[in-house]
Amino acid sequence: MSVTDAPPLAPAPAQEPPAPRKASTRKRLVPYWLLLPGILWLIVFFALPMVYQASTSVQTGSLEKGFEVTWHFQTYWDALKDYYPQFVRSLLYAGTATLLCLLLGYPLAYMIAFKAGRWRNLVLVLVIAPFFTSFLIRTLAWKTILADGGPVVDVLNTLHVLDVTSWLGWTEGSRVLATPMAVVCGLTYNFLPFMILPLYTSLERIDGRLHEAAGDLYATPATTFRKVTFPLSMPGVVSGTLLTFIPASGDYVNAELLGSTDTKMVGSVIQSQFLRVLDYPTAAALSFILMAIVLAMVTVYIRKSGTEDLV
Amino acid sequence: MVVIRWIRRNLVVIAGLLTLAYMILPNIVVMVFSFNNPKGRFNYAWQEFSLDAWKDPCGVADLCGSLSLSLQIAAWATVGATALGTMIAFALVRYRFRARGAINSLIFLPMAMPEVVMAASLLTLFLNMGAELGFWTVLIAHIMFCLSFVVTAVKARVMSMDPRLEEAARDLYAGPVQTFLRVTLPIAAPGIAAGALLAFALSFDDFIITNFNAGSTVTFPMFVWGSAQRGTPVQINVIGTAMFVIAVLVVLGGQLIASRRKNNAQPQ
Repeated sequence: MSVTDAPPLAPAPAQEPPAPRKASTRKRLVPYWLLLPGILWLIVFFALPMVYQASTSVQTGSLEKGFEVTWHFQTYWDALKDYYPQFVRSLLYAGTATLLCLLLGYPLAYMIAFKAGRWRNLVLVLVIAPFFTSFLIRTLAWKTILADGGPVVDVLNTLHVLDVTSWLGWTEGSRVLATPMAVVCGLTYNFLPFMILPLYTSLERIDGRLHEAAGDLYATPATTFRKVTFPLSMPGVVSGTLLTFIPASGDYVNAELLGSTDTKMVGSVIQSQFLRVLDYPTAAALSFILMAIVLAMVTVYIRKSGTEDLV
Repeated sequence: MVVIRWIRRNLVVIAGLLTLAYMILPNIVVMVFSFNNPKGRFNYAWQEFSLDAWKDPCGVADLCGSLSLSLQIAAWATVGATALGTMIAFALVRYRFRARGAINSLIFLPMAMPEVVMAASLLTLFLNMGAELGFWTVLIAHIMFCLSFVVTAVKARVMSMDPRLEEAARDLYAGPVQTFLRVTLPIAAPGIAAGALLAFALSFDDFIITNFNAGSTVTFPMFVWGSAQRGTPVQINVIGTAMFVIAVLVVLGGQLIASRRKNNAQPQ
């Protein structure tokens, strides 16, 4: 109940003293002044562009004659028909990379939270350290690591791993570069820290006594993990998954640098339609579809796992 | 048997260290290949040890220009995003206001949007407005996507602040400005610093949004992208390595100072 709504002379037993009115009006405006510049920035340069993009996607025309809104929804259908392999690939690669990030990142986050002891800060620095070198340079380094005839490929060949992955269609012959596996490997690598940090944050909050209590109640370590640790780390799993999947689904850097024309993701298509082909309506439609898919998945995912406060 | 049991007991640590190795390996490759003397245009295969690139890090046309441009953009984007983001964070934690849900989602959505979508839609805005693509459009874009991350970092810190400290300051007759400058700001400072660092790193390393909105302006990541097509000079690795070493030293130095302070602050 706000101060101004109260009847001025009504006897109010045991209520907080009314604040001086002049100050309170000014005070009530404080949050709006604080919010104004930042929110305005987001409205003009984030929300408004979405509207422009939606409008561009239903325009027709050409670069010479200019584009006009003609409510040409056919563009969406054509875009989906022409580029559904890239869409499917994007979601598939991003999903696989997210799963791999979770599988690889969880032990590391767990180790930092519970096993690292006095090494904790050092390991945390090492997790963030790769960020200090531009991610494009690091992605290019994978070209060296996965090079044909390099040590990694040799080992995988000798162990006949590449035979299996070729059979599954992840690699081709005795190559790793320019195959789906290289792209997924790069995606996993690039987005691992985004999985590990939220996982670590939620694991670190778990009270160590809960583990002791589970042990006291004759739970095996595996049961403790399944029934206590993992459920309590769910917020980290949810935000880590989102922070990995979302950027990975729109990424085209890994697909372009480590893949081939057969591994192009939808981001590549949007980029080339926008910057090279200059077919703005198709590019906008593709980007809009990607946004819709991601937002739908995010909403469903957050609803299901019940972590509403992500900001 | 002993070995197997040891492995089983330390499975988590072993798996964790393997992941860590996976994450660090490319950095090591970048570092080692900064001493390479490659044949041909691409620096992907090891040839022989050489210090040439380290002696002449700016020896490639446009490389250092793009680096300094990236540093400038990152610096300004950090200032802008940190100022705007900190204000929003304080408003969210400290005040009640209308349309809270809408504002929360407006802050969350840029983080939940594939970069390429933001990049493409911002470009449609700039094209529609007839804006000239370059330094300013890139800066605007960077402030936009760094903002939300600053808000989250600062908000976390402000939320964990004990409000009684500010009450105590007011009880001791500190005015609102004095309370803010002497009590609130110093306590919130680590959160603001974390947000600023994050903004700097995000801006400096951004490629996708920059690539869409830069026009013919070339930032450092765009230079690297271009060189992946034209030929990768060793100098790229030199700069990558140098930045890595500098950043690690800054972080370790900061931690050292922090732990010293902690030790000094504790009663003997």
